[in-house]
Amino acid sequence: MDFFLLTIIKAAIIAFIFLTTLAYLQLLERKLIAHIQQRPGPYRVGPNGLLQPLADVIKLITKEDVLPPHVNAVYYVIAPFLAVFLALIPIALIPFGPEVEIFGVKTLMQLTDLSIGVVLILAISSIGVYGIVLGGWASNNKYSLLGSMRSAAQMVSYELALGIAVATPLLLANSLSLQEITQAQSGFYFGFLPRWHVFQMPWPQAISFVVFVIAAFAETNRLPFDMPEAENELIGGFHTEYSSMKFAGFFMAEYAAIVTICSLGTVLFLGGYNPLFPVEFGSNLVPLILFLGGAALLFFHGVQAQRWRDRITFPLFGVVFLIIAGVFSIPAFWPYLIPVFWFVLKAGVLIFLFIWVRGTLPRFRYDQLMGFAWKVLFPVALINLIITSGLVAVVS
Amino acid sequence: MPSNALELYFPFLLQIAIAFVLAAGLVGASAVLGKRLKNKVKDMPYECGMTPAGDARHSFGVKFYLVGMLFILFDIEAIFLFPWVVVFRQLGLLAFFSMLVFVLLILTGFFYIWKKGALDWGKFNPDELKG
Amino acid sequence: MDLILFFLLAFVAVGCAINLVLQSHPISSAISLIGVMVSLAGLYLLLGAEFIAAAQIIVYAGAIMVLFTIVIMLLNSGKEAPGRMNNLSRFLGLPLLLVMVGLLAMVLVQVVPPTQEVKFGNFTGGGPADLGMLLFTKYVLPFEATSVLILVAILGAVVLALKEMD
Repeated sequence: MDFFLLTIIKAAIIAFIFLTTLAYLQLLERKLIAHIQQRPGPYRVGPNGLLQPLADVIKLITKEDVLPPHVNAVYYVIAPFLAVFLALIPIALIPFGPEVEIFGVKTLMQLTDLSIGVVLILAISSIGVYGIVLGGWASNNKYSLLGSMRSAAQMVSYELALGIAVATPLLLANSLSLQEITQAQSGFYFGFLPRWHVFQMPWPQAISFVVFVIAAFAETNRLPFDMPEAENELIGGFHTEYSSMKFAGFFMAEYAAIVTICSLGTVLFLGGYNPLFPVEFGSNLVPLILFLGGAALLFFHGVQAQRWRDRITFPLFGVVFLIIAGVFSIPAFWPYLIPVFWFVLKAGVLIFLFIWVRGTLPRFRYDQLMGFAWKVLFPVALINLIITSGLVAVVS
Repeated sequence: MPSNALELYFPFLLQIAIAFVLAAGLVGASAVLGKRLKNKVKDMPYECGMTPAGDARHSFGVKFYLVGMLFILFDIEAIFLFPWVVVFRQLGLLAFFSMLVFVLLILTGFFYIWKKGALDWGKFNPDELKG
Repeated sequence: MDLILFFLLAFVAVGCAINLVLQSHPISSAISLIGVMVSLAGLYLLLGAEFIAAAQIIVYAGAIMVLFTIVIMLLNSGKEAPGRMNNLSRFLGLPLLLVMVGLLAMVLVQVVPPTQEVKFGNFTGGGPADLGMLLFTKYVLPFEATSVLILVAILGAVVLALKEMD
């Protein structure tokens, strides 16, 4: 098959899955936070609220598009566009799986594997700050301007710690290409402990992983670092004056940034698409068992359900899970599906952590936030880098 | 396996094009589909229902400038790390010591500005609140 | 393909640069400058300097321009009043500019030796590994000198800003 045609097909599939993920991530977040706070969350639209994202998109697109007279119209419109545009690009560099053969053509399960992949993702996220800064400035509103100033100072401060925390595991992989970094983490110590960078000798990268995750919260403007939008003091901050899809654009960009940074964390620290334990111990059967278990659980609750509609929907989802389990039980599909499964599982755990933290922690005070970035994260990341490089140099 | 630069960068260009079209489409969609009803109160800057007072754009503290300035300087240091990590195992101890000198010099500056109080975001004195 | 990409990026770069001078609001000028920086990064990429392209975006577009934007917002500098032009500059300005650009182009063509046509990706040696190899063997002294430069800049920035804050 022609290379260009194959690329277009891959790009279309990735774009479709990515956008769907972004829409459902918002539902997932609302549901999870609702359960953390012991309330049901959205459940009206569709079975258990599963069609809520669709309803939200239709609602937001048909809402009135307010263009207030006091704003700077050009930058007011450009800002959300810029935020979405820049947030959607880095997914092209994320490897979901190794090189596979489809219809006799060898191709990567990734759009493209550039030799500067990691730096390029950092570069694109470093100019992502302009969407928020411009939006807040163009709104000509006191809250918005405060939010965008806070955002600019906060994002640059944490970007520093993030950059150093990203560079440290690369000392072990000696490459900036995401595919090569993943391959450097394949294999196991003593036959069972994965050689992911968080575990890899001579200096496990647990410290830089923690720094990375904390800086990632701040980079994506998430709690506990959501000072730019702090809704109970800045009324939403930089997006106070925005409405309709422009308003949603900022959130779409935020969710896209979360997916990207969790994928990057998975590749850099958690071994990308490499399995948790060796194939000899049956790691290929994990998805099959998980989905079968899920189906069994759904059937069990479907029989005992209190509400009549749960008696229909739960077994229905059980059947869907059974079908997925069936797909995972065919060994011919394993080379394609198993790496993607592990990748999605790890990135999903990280995304879950983002939502969990949002549901649990209160917000930082601004001076604490800036002090933490400069006085704790930056020196810790730098000292960890020196220790790692010293040990790697001595060992090799 | 793509070998030449065009095959490596074509998917990236394609993704930029897709992102451009999607972003423009989404932001533009509500401008086309949404209805428009103007009124005077809706056009005011939102300040929780109060009548807005004064200009929104006022001057900010010099702290923000200082953070931006320090960020540039440390960011230049961070960007040097990336070519360094790639060749690290090839060069071994040579690379380690050349970076050690580099980082130690930067750290000297870092601790200097720390002691100077440039990293403190406003001095907070709880005694002031007691009056 | 190379030619199309080159002209596209060059057009964006020059267009943004002209816009930078013509705009009366400092924020518009800053945004145009970001456009120039990003399209320059694209041009570096066309020359095969992959790492420099990414570094250009991180340092210039992502760090220096953020500072510019912060400073413009900080000072709250509004629209610039259009300066009064006298007759001489109104009629002679553009022709003289064109003459200067023409002269510069002529000198450049004569001074710079003719090189081979650049094909996208045919250049090797711009990747992070090649750059790191050069930086940490041949050019290790300039590299260390950079750290002294950064150190001096840190001290200078803090001394100036703290004087302002007191």
